[in-house]
Amino acid sequence: MDKIVIEHLTLTYPSGTESLKDINLKIPANAITVLFGPAGGGKSSLLRCLNRLNDLVQIQTLTGSIFLDGENILDPKMDVIALRRRVGIVFARPVVLPTSIRGNLTYGLELANEKRKSRLDEAVERGLKLSALWDEVKNRLDDPAIALSGGQQQRLCLARVLANQPEVILLDEPTSGLDPISTGKVEAALQELKKDYTIILVPHSVQQAARTSDYAAFFLQGELVEYAQGKDLFTHPKIKRTEDYIEGRFG
Amino acid sequence: MNRRIIFDRFLIQRFGISLLTLVAFLTVIPIIAVFAYIISKGAPALSWQFLSAMPSDGMRAGGILPAIVGTFYLTLGTAIISVPLGIAAAIYLAEYASENWLTRLIRIAIINLAGIPSVVYGLFGLGLFVLFLKFGTSILAASLTLSIMTLPVIISASEEALRTVPQAFRTVSISLGGTRWQTIRKIILPQALPGIITGVILGLERAAGETAPILFTGAAFFLPHLPNSPLDATMALPYHLFVISTQVPGMPIQIQYGTALVLIIFVLGMNVTATIIRSRARARRQW
Repeated sequence: MDKIVIEHLTLTYPSGTESLKDINLKIPANAITVLFGPAGGGKSSLLRCLNRLNDLVQIQTLTGSIFLDGENILDPKMDVIALRRRVGIVFARPVVLPTSIRGNLTYGLELANEKRKSRLDEAVERGLKLSALWDEVKNRLDDPAIALSGGQQQRLCLARVLANQPEVILLDEPTSGLDPISTGKVEAALQELKKDYTIILVPHSVQQAARTSDYAAFFLQGELVEYAQGKDLFTHPKIKRTEDYIEGRFG
Repeated sequence: MNRRIIFDRFLIQRFGISLLTLVAFLTVIPIIAVFAYIISKGAPALSWQFLSAMPSDGMRAGGILPAIVGTFYLTLGTAIISVPLGIAAAIYLAEYASENWLTRLIRIAIINLAGIPSVVYGLFGLGLFVLFLKFGTSILAASLTLSIMTLPVIISASEEALRTVPQAFRTVSISLGGTRWQTIRKIILPQALPGIITGVILGLERAAGETAPILFTGAAFFLPHLPNSPLDATMALPYHLFVISTQVPGMPIQIQYGTALVLIIFVLGMNVTATIIRSRARARRQW
């Protein structure tokens, strides 16, 4: 089942630096779809369209449609607050909010005026367990979140998104600043999560793309070059440019 | 040879650092001198009676209660008017306004407002609040005048404090389903609050010590009673000090210095509070 359907999505910035050119892409539910390619290819821009975070920056033009469960999220009448609860995002650099570990987890729910302690506690535990952080922090939930290590902070950011009970999780190079062990923990958590969530990942390397992907889309200079199941795309790319990139001949 | 050059450089560096330390220390001397002088001359005048009694014998005896109360009222009135306005303006400038000719104009106005001599504020307050709006010579008119003077300080400091909160917090909060206002209220304001409070106190401290803006708008030469309403005129410490130093013949000198000491303690107390709040917040900051 396709969770997200992108049709003729075209995006340009005033500076003209990065853009998307007529993207058509169907992203299936309960799988990890990776968007990979060299920097400036439009991967992050696409991610930020999916929960309308692009609203925060200046955009020259944005045309086309993005359907989430059949509803066009680029519709001006779309409730973007509700959308962002359904589509969470984890950024490359972990940004913990200046509060406790618990406070970070409950932040999203408190925004939605959830005050019941049982609900909040449950969300904290669920988020931290799903991101494989629970055992490391369960005895110090009220410590400042900034005291956690980089890898723990990134899993906290993932847990914070999960506490909101989203349907789709966007990850923008979530392991780019992490050591291999922390990276492994995040990737393992994602493999578990895909059973219940739709995951869209911008990996920080081709290796990570090949390792984690169920589906893979190769982006080059704002164009979607090739899109296929990961096991096919990384072993038998159909297009020369994809093959060149995967084999490290450019980019 | 080589060792010789290194040794020379070491000496030059030591000399340079000593010189800088000396210069830094020199700046402290006037402050200490002023304090030592005022305390030595004014401390003998300080007593419970001096702080709590009305002036008597043409202000040559008794206490300075109405001036203390007046300065407190004026500072409070200024705070009530300028703090909400100033913080609201800062939030608008830092969080909502986009960069265009209008916001540039507002910023230029704020900067220039801060540079206007205080006596000009006094004249402006006389024209607008006392005469045109018919508030009369009153606490209200004086507080409004002091507020105009204080606003630029509060707005600039608050905007600066808001802008130092990392942009990433805003993005994260919005991405978790926060509205802009929720983000400001839950994350940005609490983080910026120490800086804002510092700015507020520094602005109010200036208002508390000013004479010129209240001269034509609210200050009374002498009043036999405490003010009863915001529309009453009031005595105030800085103006009282001016009056008893220049306008009253045969004034006992320790009353003058006692008044100066009380004013300095009032203003300095606010300053110290601001410093404590700032340093505590810095120690607690989590980013």
